[in-house]
Amino acid sequence: MVKDLKNLDEVTIRFAGDSGDGMQLTGSQFTTTTALLGNDLSTLPDYPAEIRAPAGTLFGVSGFQIHFGSKEISTPGDTCDVLVAMNPAALKVNLRSLRDGGIIIANRDGFNDKNLKLAGYDKNPLDDGSLEKFQLHSVDITKLTTLAIRELNLSTKVVERSKNFFALGMMYWMFSRPLESSIKWIQEKFKKSPEIVDANIRVLKAGYNFGETTEIFLARYEVKAAELHPGRYRSMTGNEATAWGLLAASAKSGLDLFLGSYPITPASEILHELSHHKNFRVKTYQAEDEIAGITSAIGASYGGAIGITTTSGPGLALKTEAMGLAVMLELPLVIVNVQRGGPSTGLPTKTEQADLLQAVHGRNSEAPIPVIASCTPAGCFDAAYEAVRIALKYMTPVILLTDGYLANGAEPWLIPDVNSLQDIDVKFHTDTKNFFPYSRDEKTLSRPWAIPGTPGLEHRIGGLEKEHITGNVSYDAENHDFMVNLRHQKIEGIANDLPDAIIEGDNTGDLLVVGWGGTYGAIKTAVQKKRIEGKSVSHLHLKYINPFQKNIGDILKKFKYILVPELNLGQLSQLLQAKYLIPVIKLNKVQGLPFKANEIEAKIDDILR
Amino acid sequence: MNLIDETLKDTPKIPVQKYTPKDFQSDQDVRWCPGCGDYSILAQVQRVLPELNIPKHDIVFVSGIGCSSRFPYYMDTYGFHGIHGRAAAIASGLKVARPELSVWVATGDGDGLSIGGNHFIHLCRRNIDIKIILFNNQIYGLTKGQYSPTSEFGKVTKSSPYGSPDHPFNPLLVALGAEASFVARGLDRDPKLLQTIIRRAAEHKGTAFMEMYQNCNVFNDGAFDLFTDKETKDDNVIVLENGKPMIFGKEKDKGLKLEGFTPVAISLKDGKHTVDDLIVHNEKNTMLSFILARMTNLPNLPRPVGVLYAVERPTYEHEVTKQIESSINKQGIGTLEKLLAHGETWIIK
Ligand SMILES: Cc1ncc(C[n+]2csc(CCOP(=O)(O)OP(=O)(O)O)c2C)c(N)n1
Ligand code: SF4
Repeated sequence: MVKDLKNLDEVTIRFAGDSGDGMQLTGSQFTTTTALLGNDLSTLPDYPAEIRAPAGTLFGVSGFQIHFGSKEISTPGDTCDVLVAMNPAALKVNLRSLRDGGIIIANRDGFNDKNLKLAGYDKNPLDDGSLEKFQLHSVDITKLTTLAIRELNLSTKVVERSKNFFALGMMYWMFSRPLESSIKWIQEKFKKSPEIVDANIRVLKAGYNFGETTEIFLARYEVKAAELHPGRYRSMTGNEATAWGLLAASAKSGLDLFLGSYPITPASEILHELSHHKNFRVKTYQAEDEIAGITSAIGASYGGAIGITTTSGPGLALKTEAMGLAVMLELPLVIVNVQRGGPSTGLPTKTEQADLLQAVHGRNSEAPIPVIASCTPAGCFDAAYEAVRIALKYMTPVILLTDGYLANGAEPWLIPDVNSLQDIDVKFHTDTKNFFPYSRDEKTLSRPWAIPGTPGLEHRIGGLEKEHITGNVSYDAENHDFMVNLRHQKIEGIANDLPDAIIEGDNTGDLLVVGWGGTYGAIKTAVQKKRIEGKSVSHLHLKYINPFQKNIGDILKKFKYILVPELNLGQLSQLLQAKYLIPVIKLNKVQGLPFKANEIEAKIDDILR
Repeated sequence: MNLIDETLKDTPKIPVQKYTPKDFQSDQDVRWCPGCGDYSILAQVQRVLPELNIPKHDIVFVSGIGCSSRFPYYMDTYGFHGIHGRAAAIASGLKVARPELSVWVATGDGDGLSIGGNHFIHLCRRNIDIKIILFNNQIYGLTKGQYSPTSEFGKVTKSSPYGSPDHPFNPLLVALGAEASFVARGLDRDPKLLQTIIRRAAEHKGTAFMEMYQNCNVFNDGAFDLFTDKETKDDNVIVLENGKPMIFGKEKDKGLKLEGFTPVAISLKDGKHTVDDLIVHNEKNTMLSFILARMTNLPNLPRPVGVLYAVERPTYEHEVTKQIESSINKQGIGTLEKLLAHGETWIIK
């Protein structure tokens, strides 16, 4: 049967099932294949905090959304066009994100009495007409999977586990994607168990062929490659990109990387990724807690390595005292905080931007630390690289903020040219003449880095206040005042080293939307749409939060209204208002979810009405 | 070559000069209370270090917070005065980053066992080659006299006017329980013993834990008099020597023997026992080390001092270095070019 082949500019698909159904894997396989076809894309994994939440329950649903297209894609999509639902709970939880007229592919076998009851359905929604406004396809995925590998005599458990590949195969067919990349992946991943390789490949193909032969799908779709900047690409998640940015800075500076870290969602993958790259002389130290994570990193920095510590909100709280120590010691250190929902343990697997004030102010006394933020998953590479550069140049701890959404989300990354990366020049101090541990470079105000092992430079540093230049312990009142100001000045001075902030849109107008961090894609999408409608709105996204770039104040003055959307109750708003004494309109959401572009669009409409 | 190696490649690996204790004294005034036991420990460290043939610039003292943690300021080596309880963690990062350095930790009973207890046990189990000197004065000195985790049950202090309800830690047992590979105990008023212990610890490859009894003459004066006073010392302390039978007493007339798993003190003059009945010290015997450490709190038994336990096992930093070397051998040294080409990529024209 010849089916219609329709061309689409962009599509959003959501895979949803039990946390044991392998939806994250299905989603990431679809992502890789899609990236290889040259589409632009953005993904949003959304999974429960429990590793194996009870099967069939609403809170156990795991989802993976991918938005891809032949045009530029900046968000994982506000609503989805296709929902793959492996059971009733997955349907119920995700139906509200499906657009009217969207496609549902439901695993009919999952819709048994027990699961229907668990999801709170009185009647089977696949049969009662309640899904009329969608294009519903119920497919016996489990049964078809079983049939496809019947003669392999595998346990029911293995068969059950393979059914996600059937769903993946169907989606590959529906969106005209090749199977090769996933087949290669299966062969590599399961190379120790040939029977699993065989089973998964058969199921994947069965899903694909089912699409081809069955009469239920009337159309298949094609999404052409996007017109991306030419070059070599790879798919990057935020956490991978962060790890790579750190590695790149290590390679470029000639310094070894030392990561002291304690596992915490959603930051752990940075530790995992760096642990793989031992041939870069990276040392990953899985510490006994967050405090040991940061203090071991400080110890390593003292020894001449780039000390790094990675964590998420609760872990950052624990590191507070040690951050103050690093400020006092004036040693380079990078503290990565992959923000998640809080307070306390909060929503461990969900995203939030509510640690901003903690990063900027969360220490005892006057302990200024530069804060920079990444705004896209792949952008974490540059942000991490920049964090190391600043830490080394100014001999200071630096906080890098990313978040759960950036950390897990993936997008194509244009691999940079090695030469395009800013140089990082480091020199350890070796000159024994006139050596003072707290003398300073005139321009940067940074102190010399004299590492143990250097003859003739034996000296002592510590958390007690330092006498200017000599670094000896000093409780002198005037000296303390002077040193507090000096440390402050040093951090403020970093602004001289930063490029001017660039507005997306016009440099003056009615409304400027100011964002920071992972809300970039949603704001950009919303602003672009409103600009096409002819509205006077521009977008400014801050990558540097402490200090702010020097031209921010001037930019803010050129707009009638300032809108600051944030996934918190207005933390950047506070900083901007305090520093620039300007009124701002806030748009806040604290649901553990990223902004949808249309939420920002609605607010823009509201203001410019 | 990385920047550290490059910078330090011309560093002399053997000291050009012979050091004296004076070479290890910094220009800072020592500000402990007159009569504090810390002075003796500092002096013994400064006496032993010149014998070790380690260049001064390769030695680092790391500490936490407390009176004893001021130690690094008084040493003319590299020094790092950290934050309360975290010396072990700071030192671990330093030693793992720079295995060629000689890294020492100076800590107190509050610093090392209360706030820093977690890091302490993990350092021991990892067996990172770090020398820990724990100054045990059974009190908080710097914060002016609260009970510490080694203070005896019922101890009356500023924070325990009705007596401390806390059961004390036994540092040796904590270290052994955490699988430290070297465990010893010294007395501030026994310089010779201290020197022996410090020397042995310095030579040990792995975490070396030294508990040093230290008199805080301001807040807990006389806590260890029984073990340090000329009059009482010999009858209440047993100095352990590897391979030697366990004899003690002013007249060398007492000994320790085992009845089952229980150590008992016996007289060598009662005609019933001879030296052959006594336990022979064996530093490599794990079970014996626990029995000896346990003797700290048992009545009618002398307190063991000296080296209780010393065994060799692989150090953490050695394993890390091995993994890095083997990975470089297999894949070649990582470069930025290699990193960026790594993994699945595609080209857009
Ligand atoms: C985070 C933190 N908590 C508490 C203190 C206060 N403090 C400083 S030293 C100390 C106890 C010191 O006792 P010990 O380690 O036995 O050392 P000593 O002074 O007796 O040598 C305390 C509680 C601190 N500096 N930092
Ligand atoms: S308070 Fe005690 S421990 Fe501290 S310096 Fe004085 S005597 Fe020594």
